[in-house]
Amino acid sequence: MGKVSQRVVHDFLRHDKKFPHVWCSGCSNGTILGTIIRAIAEQNLDRNNITMVSGIGCSSRMPVYIDLNTLHSLHGRAIAFATGIKTFKPDMKVIVVTGDGDSTAIGGNHLIHAARRNIDMTVIVVNNNIYGMTGGQYSPTTPDDAKATTSPYGNFDRQFDICDLVIGAGATYVARSSAFHTMELQKMIVDAMNHKGFSIIDVISACPVIYGRMNKKGGPPEMMQAMRDNTVLNTATAKLPPEKLEGKTIRGVFKNVQCPEYCEQYAKVVEKIKETSDE
Amino acid sequence: MAQNSQKPVLTLMQGNEAVAAGALAAGCNYFAGYPITPSTEVAEILANELPKRGHTFIQMEDEIASIAAIIGASLAGAKSFTATSGPGFSLMQEGIGFAKITETPCVVVNVQRGGPSTGLPTSPAQGEIMQSRWGSHGDAPAIVLYPDSVKESYALTIRAFNLAEKYRTCVVLLLDEVLGHMREAITIPDASEIQIINRIKPTVPANWYKHYDENQKYLSPLASYGEGYRFHVTGLAHDAQGFPTNKPQEAGAMMERLQKKIVHNIRDLVQIESYKMEDANIAIFAAGIMARSAKAAVKMARAEGLKVGLLRPLTIWPFPDDAVRKMLKNVDYVVVPELNQGQFLHELRRLVKSTTDSKLIGLQRVNGTLITPTEILQKIKDVL
Repeated sequence: MGKVSQRVVHDFLRHDKKFPHVWCSGCSNGTILGTIIRAIAEQNLDRNNITMVSGIGCSSRMPVYIDLNTLHSLHGRAIAFATGIKTFKPDMKVIVVTGDGDSTAIGGNHLIHAARRNIDMTVIVVNNNIYGMTGGQYSPTTPDDAKATTSPYGNFDRQFDICDLVIGAGATYVARSSAFHTMELQKMIVDAMNHKGFSIIDVISACPVIYGRMNKKGGPPEMMQAMRDNTVLNTATAKLPPEKLEGKTIRGVFKNVQCPEYCEQYAKVVEKIKETSDE
Repeated sequence: MAQNSQKPVLTLMQGNEAVAAGALAAGCNYFAGYPITPSTEVAEILANELPKRGHTFIQMEDEIASIAAIIGASLAGAKSFTATSGPGFSLMQEGIGFAKITETPCVVVNVQRGGPSTGLPTSPAQGEIMQSRWGSHGDAPAIVLYPDSVKESYALTIRAFNLAEKYRTCVVLLLDEVLGHMREAITIPDASEIQIINRIKPTVPANWYKHYDENQKYLSPLASYGEGYRFHVTGLAHDAQGFPTNKPQEAGAMMERLQKKIVHNIRDLVQIESYKMEDANIAIFAAGIMARSAKAAVKMARAEGLKVGLLRPLTIWPFPDDAVRKMLKNVDYVVVPELNQGQFLHELRRLVKSTTDSKLIGLQRVNGTLITPTEILQKIKDVL
């Protein structure tokens, strides 16, 4: 676990251009962006060779603040834009930052197909269980009975478990962490970026101003405490009695396997054609 | 394929094949698409040809993903391309708007079929004249080319790439279903005879680079991801560096740029064919496959001593206003045969000085069949 200085975060931000940022006080986006930066810095990568792509939403505003190649694309389409970049320049490291609505509602099709292709990119889903940018409508990850502006009587629309969804679709690195567990998240981001194939991290995050207020979750500190108290690491679940697991969200790495990666497979086809035509 | 050859080659090709060959000749090195009748041959040919050249072909999960992928690839430096038809073209509209506001070069071919909705998938129609101009929300000008033959499908595909690169925008090529599937003789020119335009590359140090830094002609250099410039691209209104802005003067300047780079270069963009118009007192205005019927009708009319001519736009957007005004001044009637319910007619009305002017005669069909030369000739005789 590499430690990086505070200075590094400053170095990676476009601090002279686009601040102050758009996020509300207490939002997890800043913490998660900081963690992404530390994970990149820890690897000593060439910044020119990293592209961050996002869709539309609060978390999708991240690319504007970070000094990388950045693309703030269309709602739901970040992974499709990222696929274009990756398949044209397979040596480029591609990170997608997206929200729960962006990636699993409007962008659900691109998410499952990128997972199926096992195309080499790292998707970080900032999962705050709500559409924040538009003022608090329920998303495919809004819990049962939760209040949102479009579920004023409590949400009854069933949820996606993002990790289950992408495992089913064929993703080869799947993990969940939270904005509270930044050291754990940092390690997962490093591992995901070094994983050859489609990697995705579902990051539990807090929207205190909209989701928190509508659902009486307290302020930012209380929501951070909830991330600590209401989650359990998957490696610890076996040791805990069932009653201690009730209502808990499981964190951890759920899948980490090697499978043929899309761009490598394509390169093999190109190589094969060359060999056949040389004969 | 013929485009590999060094000498001009006479061959027989479908319109869709000519589009694929033209794209390769233009230097296309990236295709993302989704199968749809009647454009699928374009994808099939490029699935064969691009890997042979070490370039990228990818079949995406839908047309929305296809347009997104070609824009992403273009930002990484590709000359990228997709081909589709009506339903797919509708799905691509948001992406086309993104390419326009972010000034990212790419080419979209729409082999038109009958609509609306699923419509008549294997029949000709010219229903996307207006959609290709106004289909994406918000104001942004369009560059749309419209060939009338297999030979011209090849040439205008190359031109579409050239204009996309030069003007940093999404260029649309409209084809008619019958042209996509019609086989005609075509001479593929020697590669040395083909003019290729590539995007201007920045020469400034990275910290001086502005993603939307225009010159006098509103054309600006374009860096690619991975070249050290680390620029930001957003579909939000943005400043010259590419960062989002709400400031009226910056948002206004951006919108003005998008307009001016087309309006100030209209002579470079507009192409028309004027056929026997010199002494004509009746003109036919038609594009694409309907211009083929129209040309035959001109010949038949001339054989009968009628002074009929044809004005055919090869670039339909920006609209050839000057040529159309001149035509309207010089002739008594303009017959407008088109496979839609009057989309060209509507645009021509904009240029008629008086609303009571009855010079414009529409001739429309939307049942999946063509308008024949005889029918056009009959319409001319009816108005005389």
